[in-house]
Amino acid sequence: MAKITLNTATLGNSLSNLWRLTITALVILLLWQAIVVCFEMPPFILPPPLLVLEKLIGSYQLLLSHSLITMSEIVLGLLLGLLMGLLFALQMLLFKPLRRWLLPVLIASQAIPVFALAPILMLWFGYGMTSKVIMAALIIFFPVTTTCFDGLRYTPIGYLDLAHTMGANKWRQLWHIRLPAALPTLASGIRVAAVVAPIGAVVGEWVGSSGGLGYLMLQANARMQIADMFAALFILALFSIALYYFTDLLLKTLIPWHREQAGH
Amino acid sequence: MSISVQLSAASLQYAGAAQATFAGLNLNLPAAKWTCLLGPSGCGKTSLLRLLAGLIDSSHQLSGQISCSDGLSIDNRISYMAQQDLLLPWLNVLDNVCLKAKLLTGKVSAGEQHKARQLLAQLNLSGIEKSLPDQLSGGMRQRVALARTLMQDTPIVLMDEPFSALDAVNRYKLQDLAAKVLQGRTVLLITHDPQEALRLSDQLYLFSADQQLLPLPLPDSLPPRAVDAQLGQYQQSLLQKMQVLHG
Ligand SMILES: Nc1ncnc2c1ncn2[C@@H]1O[C@H](COP(=O)(O)OP(=O)(O)OP(=O)(O)O)[C@@H](O)[C@H]1O
Ligand SMILES: [Mg+2]
Repeated sequence: MAKITLNTATLGNSLSNLWRLTITALVILLLWQAIVVCFEMPPFILPPPLLVLEKLIGSYQLLLSHSLITMSEIVLGLLLGLLMGLLFALQMLLFKPLRRWLLPVLIASQAIPVFALAPILMLWFGYGMTSKVIMAALIIFFPVTTTCFDGLRYTPIGYLDLAHTMGANKWRQLWHIRLPAALPTLASGIRVAAVVAPIGAVVGEWVGSSGGLGYLMLQANARMQIADMFAALFILALFSIALYYFTDLLLKTLIPWHREQAGH
Repeated sequence: MSISVQLSAASLQYAGAAQATFAGLNLNLPAAKWTCLLGPSGCGKTSLLRLLAGLIDSSHQLSGQISCSDGLSIDNRISYMAQQDLLLPWLNVLDNVCLKAKLLTGKVSAGEQHKARQLLAQLNLSGIEKSLPDQLSGGMRQRVALARTLMQDTPIVLMDEPFSALDAVNRYKLQDLAAKVLQGRTVLLITHDPQEALRLSDQLYLFSADQQLLPLPLPDSLPPRAVDAQLGQYQQSLLQKMQVLHG
């Protein structure tokens, strides 16, 4: 009984979320139109929403092919960054002597602005997708590694005591206790990563590329085709929002116990 | 088979602490009996229990000997119940009860699952095998923790205020239940509650302020004792003693 109420509650929640999102989007569109009309904006400064929609429909094939490039870069970068962060955190946890050497490396990786690395990445990995994937992976490396490491390090001591009295070895303890206990903390890192990864990919495209939404925006800008630029921007924003909500949903499904703890 | 445990000349000083938490402490846990330890907060009860459980790491200064009556080491022959139930929130009740098998072999056999179900039934917990711990009440969670302890099936059980978070009725019921299902095991129970100690002890010590263990008298009846007039009198005199000892 209680379970049913809970489920309808979450369903109602996500429905009202959808509503809120729609209303927010509508308000933004209206404001946009209002600004164009009131301030008599020329279309090469701020195109009206309808013109952008026209472009979205008119050049949808071009937009689609470039979107696919950028989306692949983002998703691959996200996966690569997660994998790197996870492995790095595990290393620091398991090999204590290494930690003292790796921790400064980690902090340095954050101190050097990833944007400054972009030209070098282009030089090393070319103008194709690889450099953008690496760019996105680098930009999320720090939040993923630190949240993962913190999660692994601060396992509730009682759980470890229990495992110890049961005679569990280090690896089983890691797999059955430390890793699952770290998941809620790691999840917040992954959420941040999902938001930040698109920035890495697009900046990479701006610095040098032959495809992708960032490339498209630069091209359109150079030719003063501002409506095309807005169309690309619109798709990028939509994808980033969708990526965040998808990640959030996935994490909530995979870590059902976390939400319930938060409810207490 | 029941075994007794002898702790001799146990001393512990935490790293960075100005003085020893306890020194030269001796404690005998008779086979298949309940030994209870009472004492004020911070006197070192949990530390003593953790020392017995091998949970104090070598960065602290500790010494002393633990010997079992059968001459074997105490390692891997204790189970441990804490004030928090320590149920893993990502495992359902059945998997929590079978945690030891999972940690030792990586999987849980059908036979073990069957045994766990029987234990849960014995503790009045049938039908919640697939629930997550968050869906249970405090009393149920502590009973699941008791089932997990029974599933570990060790001759020695160490308990650190396992019932203190429960309400009076649930605590009373769980004390009776624990006394019944842990029969034949050598138990060390740490508690804040004089009544709990008097109900369950075969042997009762008070941790005094000068870090010695003071034996206390108990009613003649066998545990788990009812809370009757006689127990009330013992409780009264015990409370007075604790007041004197701890100011
Ligand atoms: N890991 C630790 N490192 C340093 N000091 C500690 C540590 N654990 C406990 N202590 C100190 O040792 C003393 C005894 O603590 P302990 O937890 O054993 O007391 P206790 O009798 O169990 O108290 P309570 O009844 O409140 O649970 C306390 O002064 C405490 O501050
Ligand atoms: Mg304690």
